[in-house]
Parts: sequence; structure tokens; C-alpha cells
Amino acid sequence: MQNQRQQKNLISRLQTFPITSPTRVMEVCGTHTVAIHRQGIHHLLPPGVRLVSGPGCPVCVTPGNYIDEALFLARNGSIITTFGDLIRVPGHDGSLQTARSQGCDIRIVYSPLEAIQIAEKTEHDTVFLAVGFETTIPAIAATIMKAREKQIRRFSILTALRLVPPALLALLSGSSRIDGFLLPGHVSTIIGLEGYSILNRFQIPGVMSGFTPGDIISSLVLLLEIITKKRHDIVNNYRRAVRDQGNPLSRRLYKTVFQPEDACWRGIGVLPNSGLRLREEYRDFDARSRHSLPTSSTEDHPGCRCGEVLSGMIDPPQCELHGTICTPETPVGPCMVSTEGSCQAWYRFG
Amino acid sequence: MCLAVPMKILQIQGDTALAEVNGVSREIGLQLLPDTKVNDWVIIHAGFAIAKLDEQEAQESLSLFRDGGYLDQ
Repeated sequence: MQNQRQQKNLISRLQTFPITSPTRVMEVCGTHTVAIHRQGIHHLLPPGVRLVSGPGCPVCVTPGNYIDEALFLARNGSIITTFGDLIRVPGHDGSLQTARSQGCDIRIVYSPLEAIQIAEKTEHDTVFLAVGFETTIPAIAATIMKAREKQIRRFSILTALRLVPPALLALLSGSSRIDGFLLPGHVSTIIGLEGYSILNRFQIPGVMSGFTPGDIISSLVLLLEIITKKRHDIVNNYRRAVRDQGNPLSRRLYKTVFQPEDACWRGIGVLPNSGLRLREEYRDFDARSRHSLPTSSTEDHPGCRCGEVLSGMIDPPQCELHGTICTPETPVGPCMVSTEGSCQAWYRFG
Repeated sequence: MCLAVPMKILQIQGDTALAEVNGVSREIGLQLLPDTKVNDWVIIHAGFAIAKLDEQEAQESLSLFRDGGYLDQ
């Protein structure tokens, strides 16, 4: 009862929050985007506040030619292991789902550890599609270490790992104005407060948030309080899971296995030091070193505006393809493919 | 994709544990959170425990509002 009352209080506090100038807040994380739209939290904002989606959906920012590389491996006899999110993303010539229907061996796994269990039991080359942000990167690094310890020879990963802070830096250096960030809760469990030091440089506040409606609403109220007080604090509002220092062991572990590299974000472009590749001593596990993969350039549909959606420049309905030729059943852009893409969240929940 | 679920640790063997939530149990890796103990609640992502969950600290979020002078109730 007390919780319900607190929640009602928070909702009314959000709805009636006094705003003196137009305010743009970005939710960085795709899981937040879905929760916000599913619960209708974006309808609770006070006049003058806009909530825009950011680039925090790993599937959405994975370049199309990555899917082409995975398809090439699948069609040349490798077993492809992947998180389910990637399977419907279209490349130049179909998706992993269509390749599977054509007889390729593509298996959805819940953990990269399952991929090495598969590799242990087969004579075939096994590739794990290593896509994800800081939440997922340590798990993949730990898996690589396990594969090395167990001397699994037929296992490699195809990397498209991306780091959140360089994307925030790019957004803040670009033309879209953002007054504050709702920061991704589970990325924060790894990178902690220090991971967002870039925001201090731009004097932009941020609130790390959990994923329940109460978490998100309270984080938005807190963020608006900070913005209107013209402060630029980074606040941990997901204390039941996030330590201020993050998970330093996870960071050390992934830095042992991976090194930063410039990387392409679909719809946004190449951002310096925003991706990771395996260090030289782990290169045996690099699918690109073990196989000669074709380089391709996948052109996005000329009308697709996912890039602007991912940088918070437009809302999905402003794209002419949205809901017309681009739907979850026949997605044109990556933000409609992914269940965590903002186009799909807008389409399904409004 | 950064979705993660809370689970309770039932058994630990080396760097592997059996974790359970709502009657569903799963083998998970403890490499990223090696000080995990039986009966701890942890957040699981991609088959690994990534953070210890503290229910009591949920309440601290609200205290934080008050302490920071952001809420006056």
C-alpha cells in the first residue's frame, strides 16, 4: 500500500513538474525504451519535457555488413551461435533466420558459455556472434578465457561489441541538444559512476535507472529536479543493483581480452574507440582472423531514418516508412527489427 | 538486450553455480562476481552473475531523493 501511494505521488509529481524552459531528456537504453512505451510513461511527462530514444540497442547499431559476415560463415559450414535478438536482422542477402530455413546451422543461445559447449561436442567450426554493450562484454571475455583454458580449438567469435560512453560523447558533440540522460541500469552495474565522467565535461546530468515503472518514473523526477536546479550530477538511482564503482573485476577482465578500436554504428557512423577487438594473444578466437570474410557494404533503404532515431533527432513516426512499408513483420531498418528498437516500441505501444 | 534477471544462488561449485527464480533453475558462471555466496540474490546476464542485488538498498533510492533535497516528503 505504501509503495502504491509512493508511486502515485511520484506520478503526480512527474505530471505536474514545473518546467521553465523546453527540456529534452534521452533514455539511452533500449530496454528502457520498451518499458517506457509499454507502460505509457512517456504520456506522464509534464508539458515542455520531451523524452527521446538513444543509441542503446546493440542490435540496432550493428552494421548491416556484420550480418553479411555471419551469413557467409553460416553458408560455408560454420555453426553460428547467437542471441535471439540478431536472428531477424536483414543483411545484404537475407537474415540468419532465412539462412536457417535454407539449412544453415544457426542456434540461439542464452549464454556464450553454451556456444563453447556446442563447440566441444562438434567437429564443425563454431562461431559466436559477439554483439553487445558493457553489460554483455565481460560475459564474452570470461567465455574466451574459458575456451582458452579448455583449449577449444574450433571456436571463435565475430565481434561487434560497442561501448556506451563514446556514443554519449558523439551525441553531446553533435547537433542534437540533450539536457539530461536516463542512464542504462545494467551497463551501469559494470561501468559505475566513473564510466560517465564524460558527462561532467559537458556539464550534463544523468540518472542511472532500474527498469520497473517506479524506477523509471522516480529517475525522471530526479533528473528533472537536477536539470531545473541547473546542476549536473550523475546520480545512482538503481542502488539495489549498481555499486558506485561498478564491477571493476569485470572491466579488468574485458580489458585483458579486448582492446578498443574505432567502430561503425549503424545509422550514426564511425566513432573513435567505441568498439572492441580481441587482443593479439587471443586472436586465435577471432573469426575474422581465422576466416577470410568478404567485405561488403550494405546500403540502408534510402528512406530509412534509423540514424536520426538513434541520435534522438526525430521520433519514429516522423519517418515516412514507419508503419507503412516498415513494420515489425516486414522491417526495413534495424530499429524496427529489434524488440528493443524504438521504432518497434512506438509501433507496438504508441 | 541488456535485460538481466535476479536469481537466487542455490549451490556453488568452483566458478559455476546453480541459480533459481520462480522454480526455474539454471547453471551460471561466477567469474565476474567471485565472492558470491549461497542464498545471495544476483543479477544474471548472458549466463553470468554480474551484480549482487540488495533489496534493502531499494529503499535507499528513496532516501537519496530526500537527502539530496530533491523531494520534500
